[in-house]
Amino acid sequence: MKAPRHVVDNPAPRRWLAFHPDGTVTVRTGKVELGQGILTAIQIIAAAELDVAPSAVRIAAADTALGPDEGPTAGSMSVADAGSAVRFVCAAVRARFVAVAASELSVAPDGVTVTDATFAAPGVGRRLTYAELADRVDLDRSLDTDAEVATRATAAAGSADLMPARLDLPDKVTGRPRYLTDLRPAGLLWGRVVRPPSPAAALERVDPVEVEAMHGVVTVVCDGSFLGLVAADERTADVAAERLGGLAVWRELPTLPDEDDLAGYLRGGPSTTFVVDETGEPAAAVERRLSATYSRPFLAHASMAPSCGVARWSSDGELHVWSHSQNIFGLRAAVAQALAMDPQRVSVEHVEHAGAYGHNGADDAAFDAALLARTVPGRPVQVRWSRRDELSWAPFGSAQLVDLSAGLDADGRVVSWEADIWSQGHTSRPGYAGSPGLLAAAHLEGGDPLPPPVDPPPERGAGSARGAVPDYAFPARRIHGHRLDQVALRTSSLRSLGAFTNAFAIECFMDELAQAVGADPVEYRLAHLDDERGRAVLTALADRSGWAGRPRDGDVGWGIGLSQYKKGGWCGVVAEVEAVADVRLRRLVLVAEVGRVVHLDGVRNQVEGGAVQSASWTLKERVRFDTCRVTSVDWETYPILRFSEVPPVEVHVLDRPDLPSVGAGEIAQGPTAAAIANGLAAAVGVRVRDLPLTAEAVVRALES
Amino acid sequence: MSDPVEDEVFVLTVNGTLHEVACDRDASLLHVLRNRLGLAGSRFGCGVGLCGACFVLIDGHPTPSCDTPIWSAHGHSVVTVEGLGGAAGLHPVQQAFLDEQAAQCGYCVSGVLISAAALLADRPQPTEADVVAALDRNLCRCGVQRRMVRAVLRAADESRRP
Repeated sequence: MKAPRHVVDNPAPRRWLAFHPDGTVTVRTGKVELGQGILTAIQIIAAAELDVAPSAVRIAAADTALGPDEGPTAGSMSVADAGSAVRFVCAAVRARFVAVAASELSVAPDGVTVTDATFAAPGVGRRLTYAELADRVDLDRSLDTDAEVATRATAAAGSADLMPARLDLPDKVTGRPRYLTDLRPAGLLWGRVVRPPSPAAALERVDPVEVEAMHGVVTVVCDGSFLGLVAADERTADVAAERLGGLAVWRELPTLPDEDDLAGYLRGGPSTTFVVDETGEPAAAVERRLSATYSRPFLAHASMAPSCGVARWSSDGELHVWSHSQNIFGLRAAVAQALAMDPQRVSVEHVEHAGAYGHNGADDAAFDAALLARTVPGRPVQVRWSRRDELSWAPFGSAQLVDLSAGLDADGRVVSWEADIWSQGHTSRPGYAGSPGLLAAAHLEGGDPLPPPVDPPPERGAGSARGAVPDYAFPARRIHGHRLDQVALRTSSLRSLGAFTNAFAIECFMDELAQAVGADPVEYRLAHLDDERGRAVLTALADRSGWAGRPRDGDVGWGIGLSQYKKGGWCGVVAEVEAVADVRLRRLVLVAEVGRVVHLDGVRNQVEGGAVQSASWTLKERVRFDTCRVTSVDWETYPILRFSEVPPVEVHVLDRPDLPSVGAGEIAQGPTAAAIANGLAAAVGVRVRDLPLTAEAVVRALES
Repeated sequence: MSDPVEDEVFVLTVNGTLHEVACDRDASLLHVLRNRLGLAGSRFGCGVGLCGACFVLIDGHPTPSCDTPIWSAHGHSVVTVEGLGGAAGLHPVQQAFLDEQAAQCGYCVSGVLISAAALLADRPQPTEADVVAALDRNLCRCGVQRRMVRAVLRAADESRRP
């Protein structure tokens, strides 16, 4: 294989690997564990390439001071990027060991075999190990990134080799410390931030004297609209923060749009219009034109743990941060920028926390900790957000509206396709638009307000336009995006970005078109689908789900959705939906194809989890607000899918060892939403085009 | 609201060991477990008993420790996820979670295991509907619910074997 880009950026093997006298190997990766099992996938790849037992491979936490910079852990790129990088580095380093072993054994390098961590040669009695050779192998010399490196073939999917247990789970089922809030560095103090009550609120006044006088309160920090404190123990920090919040007087402004007219808000502009795709001419005369508009509201990450950060300043002004950020190098640069420091004086170390599904409050909490810890040099400070702050201050996934229009020829085939996408930007990760992008930086006295969110460029998968170009062979396409220039609510990347709404819209519209021309939804899709991978997934899905024999009447409807994610993995979904008193999911069947499978159970877990989370978004979720404040601030006002609402889920994985491995974590989001909406339409006979698909939404659709 | 004053002593049994804790009476049991007794397995999720991440058994009942004040735990027996397995190591339901790989981020898992252990103690051979009902107070954001239900049924199934 050729050197992947992360190896070109980080060519010194020392950044990636360390060999220990006890025969174990430490692998450093720039990607971080989010609960998706990436560390286990990396372990499998490293063990296979080095030919050592997986148990001899230790995976170190990502660290800006020690490990490689692989950018953010996002966009379903971890296995593709970090996996291929580790594969290349391990194969190239193994070759260096082989060269040294060859000279030790007095044979040619191609006469050396590596089996179970042991170097040997035919007819030579002596055996050598990685540990014995490690001193003589140079790991500081950069790898030749122009050279091809021979890698090992991996076993076929489904074999035991592909199903090793997750490395992180024993700690998690026994309650051992593992998460950032469990970290107890010596001298730890406890920080809390008192956030403004609404996005545009500013601190008018606060008299913190009585809080400063509380036993156990170390300091109160008040800088612009950034208000926080440090205390000697967590209980005191909570009580003091509540009291400080009660003393603060805020000036609030009614800057939020009408939550029941998001369409008006998204279309209202001013917006920047951009061309996503303008291709071709209709292949035949348009006999008939159909149009429809689909939307989703703002969504919250709603991670199970509120965001957390821990920071410590040394007496000479160096800053160390422990964070569950998805992008520790980006966070380091942003913190340095916000504090006007040399980035070399900031280090960020990753520590696991509850699942992240995009850019949540992790980076903000890290910066909160840095600001509060600055008042107590030498002492680490842990800041943990409240549930309320997590649901109202972490960035949201943007609301999005999609207008679709299709021209059909005399045979009912789509010959022209038009789309207009209305959205806020889908990213405001640290460093976006030249800004640190850290919440507290905007609240500090004289701090610049956060710029409006942007979209990743098309070559990195786009944002609101992600997935907007249909997978079908429509001869003429005109697709435009309209991104708001000023925004009411802070938004950033949430699992699959705009692809969720785009796939939901496209796949619902395909069903509506099929219905309009009297075609079966599967047959209609196949008639427009040239991609052989997509056809294989759709055909397998129809077969595995029993599509042909589905019930056509009664209260249960079957719906289908299919989508390719970022030119990578394909996912098809069938949903069985029951609509009686409520909208209930009875079953989900998924077929996924993500190229060569690295960890089969990991793929199944990610696809199933993605589908269940998407079902939660689709059926229940909506960020609520009044004119000033976000009002969905706990699990009662922001409900998510519960155990009793999660249906049986079948996941079938099509292995394609001939294709590169691509991510599985986001492929289910869009097609699941579409399958549920299509199943609901089949069950009740009317179409609900605006998410979430609640009973009230069904009643409204029936009445209109 | 008065300042938290550590002027009272509370006595409780945690995972079989008797503890005396000098503490502000309104401090949460979760705070005492995590910060005084060094038991980090019960997790903070919401602070108001709505997500289940902090569940512990109090006298055998799954209870949110985040909104249980320490005064109300005085004299009671508390079992946390660290104590589920007892001297034997892993509780069967913990082993079943490993066997089924029933987690992603795992943050909700402690509380889910507590709910499951209480169910199995009360009803060693639950139906699937029993399991779903028993876990319905626990939230999971990663979408691992079905694996967890399978794991609890597996634990029940394996406990039936000789």
